[in-house]
Amino acid sequence: MASAVAGDVSAGASGSRPVLNRRTGPSNLVWALPPVAVLALVFLYPLALVVQQSVSPDEGGTSLAPYGDVFASASFRSALTTTVWLAVGSTVGCLVLGFVLALVIAFVPFPGGRAVARFIDVFLSFPSFLITLALLFIYGTVGMANGVWTDVTGAADGPFHFLTTPWGVLLAEITYFTPFVMRPLLAAFSQLDTAQLEVASSLGAKPARIVRQVILPEALPALAAGGSLVLVMCLNEFGIVLFTGAKGVTTLPMLVYGKAILESDYPAACVVAVVNIAISVGLYSLYRMVSRRVGA
Amino acid sequence: MLVHSRTGKWATWAVFFLLFVPLFAVPLLVIVAASFTTNWSGAFPSGPTSEHYKAATSGDSLQALTTSLITAVSASLLALTVGSWAALAAASLRRRGRRFLDGLFMLPVAVPSVVVGLAVLVAFSKPPMLLNGTRWIVILAHTILVTAFAYQSVSAAIVRLDPMYEQAAASLGARPSYVLWRIRLPLLLPALTAAAGLCFALSMGELSATMMLYPPDWTPLPVQIFAATDRGSLFTGAAVAVVLMGTTLLVLLGVARIRTRASYR
Repeated sequence: MASAVAGDVSAGASGSRPVLNRRTGPSNLVWALPPVAVLALVFLYPLALVVQQSVSPDEGGTSLAPYGDVFASASFRSALTTTVWLAVGSTVGCLVLGFVLALVIAFVPFPGGRAVARFIDVFLSFPSFLITLALLFIYGTVGMANGVWTDVTGAADGPFHFLTTPWGVLLAEITYFTPFVMRPLLAAFSQLDTAQLEVASSLGAKPARIVRQVILPEALPALAAGGSLVLVMCLNEFGIVLFTGAKGVTTLPMLVYGKAILESDYPAACVVAVVNIAISVGLYSLYRMVSRRVGA
Repeated sequence: MLVHSRTGKWATWAVFFLLFVPLFAVPLLVIVAASFTTNWSGAFPSGPTSEHYKAATSGDSLQALTTSLITAVSASLLALTVGSWAALAAASLRRRGRRFLDGLFMLPVAVPSVVVGLAVLVAFSKPPMLLNGTRWIVILAHTILVTAFAYQSVSAAIVRLDPMYEQAAASLGARPSYVLWRIRLPLLLPALTAAAGLCFALSMGELSATMMLYPPDWTPLPVQIFAATDRGSLFTGAAVAVVLMGTTLLVLLGVARIRTRASYR
C-alpha cells in the first residue's frame, strides 16, 4: 500500500514517466521478454525436442512404442525403484542427521561452532563426486579400512565391499546433501527465541521433551523445505553414482546417460528423460508450494 | 541452553564430533592427503610425493583447468546477465507475472542436469544451430544450469531492497535507466557478486550435463578427474580434485572480498 502511494507521488513528480508504481504496463512486459525468449530458445525448445524424440522411434513416424519398450524393460524398472528408494532413504538420513547436527550447533554451542557452520557453506560449493572419490580411498577394495583389517587380522581380503552397492551411494548422498538440510535449519533456529527453551527448562522439561515440543514444531517448515529440495536433488544425482563405477547401481540419470552416450539409443534415452523430468518437476512444484506456504 | 549439566554437554559434543568428523571433515582431508602419496593401503598414507601435482598442473590437466576456468567465467557472466535481467524484469511485474517468471527460471533446477545435457545435445546437433562438437555447447549447458541460481539470488536481494532510494531519485527527475544504473545496480552489487561466486563454483564442479556433451578437445576438470579415476589412477585424480577445490575456494574468497568492500561503501 505504502509503495503504491509513494509510486503515485513519484509518478506525479516526474511528469509523464510512471516508472516506480507497481502496475504492469506494457513496457514492463516488454522488458521481461528478452530473457524469456533466451530461456525458451536454449532450454524450453530443447526440452520439447526431447519429448518429441521420445515419441519418434528409429523406424520413423510417431508412436508411443518407445514408451512401451522402455516400460517393459527390466533395466528401466529396476532403475526406477533404485532411484526412488535411494532418494527417499538419503532424504530421511539427511533429515535425521541434519536435524541432530544443527540442534547441537544452535543450542549446545561450543567454541568453533561458527567455524563449523562456515565449513558447511564451503562444503556446499564443492561438487558431489568428490565425496565418492574420498570414499574410494577410505572404503575401496584397496583403501584404508580394508587395509587396516587385513593388517590386523591377516586375512587376504577386507570386509568392506559396500561401495559398489546401493549402500555406498546412500552413504555418499547422505554425506553430500546433509548440509542442504542444515542451512535452512540453522537459519530457522537462529530466529527461535531462546527464552522459550529457558522457560520450558525451568518448568522442569527434559531436553528430549523440549526438542520434541518446542524446537521440532518450529523447525518443521525448514525441515519440509530442506527435505523436499534434497529429495529432488537425490533423484537427479549423477556424479556420485557415476564415480562409484558400480554396474549394479543404475539410477534414472545413469540410464539416460547409458542409453544416449554408450548405446546411442536416443529415443529410449528421451523416454527415460521424460519420466525423470515428470518425477522431479512434480516434486519440485510440491517443494515450491511447501516453501511458499511456510514462507521459507 | 538445552543441556545444562557439564557431562551432558561433553557427551553431546562427543556425539556431534563423532558424526561430523568422519562424515564431513575426513573425506576432504583424505583427498588432500591422498594427492601427496604414492600408496595408501593401510591406516596411513605412505610414500610422500609431489609427482601427482606435476601431472595435475601440466599437459592435459592444465588444459582442463584453463578449460574449466574459461567455461565457468563465461557461463557465470552470461547467467548473471540473463538472470539479473529476468529478476529485475520480474520485480516490476505484478504478482502473477512474477510467479510465472519465478517458476520458469527456477525450472532448470528441477530438471535433472543429465536431461538438460541430453536436451541441449538433441537440440544443437543439427543445423541451423550446430554447436555439437564445439566448446560453445558446454558453455551453453553450464549457462542454462546456473542461470536459475543467479536469478534466485538476485531476485531475493531485490525484495530486500529499500524502495525509498529509487523513489527519491525518480522524484528528483531521474530517468528509469539512470535509476537502474546508478541506484539499483550499485545497491544490488553485493548480491550480484555473491551470485557470480555461486555460479562459478557450480560451473566448476558441473559433471552431469558435461558428460553428455563435451567435445574431445574441451574437457573440463570434473571430466578429467573422472577419466583419471576411471582408469585407476586415483591419486592423480585426487591431485586434480585438490586443484579444482583450491581454484574454486580462491575465486570464492576473492568474490567475498569484493562483496565486503561493496557492502561497506
